[in-house]
Amino acid sequence: MAVEERIEQSPERAAEPSGTPDVRLERVTKRFDDVVAVDDLSLEIERGSFFALLGPSGCGKTTTLRMIGGFEEPSAGVIYLGDHEVSGTPPYKRDVNTVFQSYALFPHLSIFENVAFGLRRKGTRGGNLKGKVEEMLDLVQLSGYGRRKPRQLSGGQQQRVALARALVNSPRVLLLDEPLGALDLKLRKEMQLFIKRLQHDVGITFIHVTHDQEEAMTMADRIAVMNRGKIEQLGGPDDLYERPQTAFVAGFLGISNLLTGEVSGRDTVRLGDGTTIRVRADALDGRSGRVAVGIRPEKIRPDDQDPNALQGVVRERAYIGVSTQYIVETRYGNVTVVVLNDRPGSIPHSPGDHLTLSWDPEATFILDPMEEPA
Amino acid sequence: METRGTRIGLGVATVAVIAFLWLPLLLIMAYAFNSSTIQSWPISGFTLHWFREAWHDPEVRRSVELSLKVGLAATAIALVLGTAAAAAIYRFRFFGREAVSFLLLLPIALPGIITGMALNSFFNFGGVQLSMWTIVAGHATFCVVIVYNNVLARLRRSSPSLIEASMDLGADGWQTFRWVIWPALSTALVAGGLLAFALSFDEVIVTTFTAGAQTTLPIVNAIVFVVILATVIPVTIAQRLTGDTGVLRRGAAASKAAAAATGGGAV
Ligand SMILES: Nc1ncnc2c1ncn2[C@@H]1O[C@H](COP(=O)(O)OP(=O)(O)O)[C@@H](O)[C@H]1O
Ligand SMILES: [Mg+2]
Repeated sequence: MAVEERIEQSPERAAEPSGTPDVRLERVTKRFDDVVAVDDLSLEIERGSFFALLGPSGCGKTTTLRMIGGFEEPSAGVIYLGDHEVSGTPPYKRDVNTVFQSYALFPHLSIFENVAFGLRRKGTRGGNLKGKVEEMLDLVQLSGYGRRKPRQLSGGQQQRVALARALVNSPRVLLLDEPLGALDLKLRKEMQLFIKRLQHDVGITFIHVTHDQEEAMTMADRIAVMNRGKIEQLGGPDDLYERPQTAFVAGFLGISNLLTGEVSGRDTVRLGDGTTIRVRADALDGRSGRVAVGIRPEKIRPDDQDPNALQGVVRERAYIGVSTQYIVETRYGNVTVVVLNDRPGSIPHSPGDHLTLSWDPEATFILDPMEEPA
Repeated sequence: METRGTRIGLGVATVAVIAFLWLPLLLIMAYAFNSSTIQSWPISGFTLHWFREAWHDPEVRRSVELSLKVGLAATAIALVLGTAAAAAIYRFRFFGREAVSFLLLLPIALPGIITGMALNSFFNFGGVQLSMWTIVAGHATFCVVIVYNNVLARLRRSSPSLIEASMDLGADGWQTFRWVIWPALSTALVAGGLLAFALSFDEVIVTTFTAGAQTTLPIVNAIVFVVILATVIPVTIAQRLTGDTGVLRRGAAASKAAAAATGGGAV
């Protein structure tokens, strides 16, 4: 709360009607020669939210971010920051700051001067400047490092300087392009939580670009999954994981088992051999014809306690520590099952064992049927 | 894998090359202090007489003065044109970009005499009187290349995202130049300027004294001594300046590491 008060709202921002999205993209397309990097994309980002753009390399995340920052102009479509259209506005006139993937700290300037750079350009001087910079260094836990040069800091520390340098300007939106890409796994996990907490404290809208689904789910309130320049699905982490709407989203956020069949009722699907399984009625949503029923591996139990059951033979087993993963061969193809190792001395199933698998209809999601399974 | 044998071989070769380049120079530098006019080893006695002679010789004075003027003028022209060319090549992709780069570099590879003859007939053709300024033009041809190469190398080594970061933080074009680009380029410019000056400076003196040659030999030795110093010192400083870019190199390494990590980090 205290921090929130320290971040001053610009008068322009304060005057906007509440509920105005901080960032709005309207049918934005970006072409590079013959490559369509971003394809007719529309998006609204709510004020104060932590938003992630998630997708595989080359799907257009960076390009989208650079158009918001003003480093690229859309080939078509309009971008709004608050209620201002920003076409043609150069980066230095946009109320947006960026944390670059390579940090891009100024090597010839001290940490203090790096953080002070934006304030100086706006004419802040003297005690006011010093106070703001030091407060920000304190916020990213780097007080006392002001006199050092960027090269004297570790990767994680440089990362925090880059955050401070951007946030000290209290922008409307902070853009982060794969900011944790250069850090090792352990530090990356720490920084994920650090940045999330920071965003919560300062209350500024963050747009975070990543290709790591775990990172997006850990950090973001809302995630847009991108594929080939388009948004495949937008929602909270749990929406995307539990109720993916496309095979791409289902596959990108984790393993899923897909069984293809014919809709046979309000909440039933008949598989190829006549077996009927129950699914969520709201997921089926009045569909008819062929559909694919999806179930996440950890939602399947290696017993017959749940309504939908299937027989199979264990083919492979992989012990992962916290859980064990089985590949089970069934009449409908191989099914992946993940069982939590939460009981001491529980006896694992071995390859060759016959097994009954079962799951709750509530745990299913429905996709368009795929072309015949490979 | 390098073996002990190749290491020794390379070491010997390096020493041989350095000796080949430097022994004649060191020998001449020693002769500058020879009290006898006959050049024979070992030198017969130590004297600063030839330096005094050279200092008071009006012809020597005139040529040193000319060298200084030409060197400074050629360097100034090279700094402006070389920087502009490097900036254009670095920043813009245009038709014939590779050709321009090649044409700029060519004068270094051509023997000086060819460039000289070409310029001479060009000046004759245009009816331009040979003067100090025609010499400056000749020297500018290779001085521009030196500055161009230094600045371009520095630009290529510094990360383009620094400029974007600066604009992101509210700096317009001029402020970005003043606070980000200039600090990164300044040492490259000083280094390029020093190298260009060193190259130009000795050229005039060498020409005068290998062509004119009425001056007695020991005086030439004294002049050569000074010219070598006037070349070695700026080149050494320039080397230090271009070597002191660990920061920028580190920046580039960091972004490369970042790219590698994100390229391979997907599960
Ligand atoms: N400046 C550019 N010139 C040409 N093609 C580009 C440029 N920037 C990006 N692209 C292309 O646009 C597509 C999307 O790139 P990008 O936005 O960087 O993806 P992501 O950040 O999701 O990996 C890629 O095919 C890429 O090659
Ligand atoms: Mg990217």
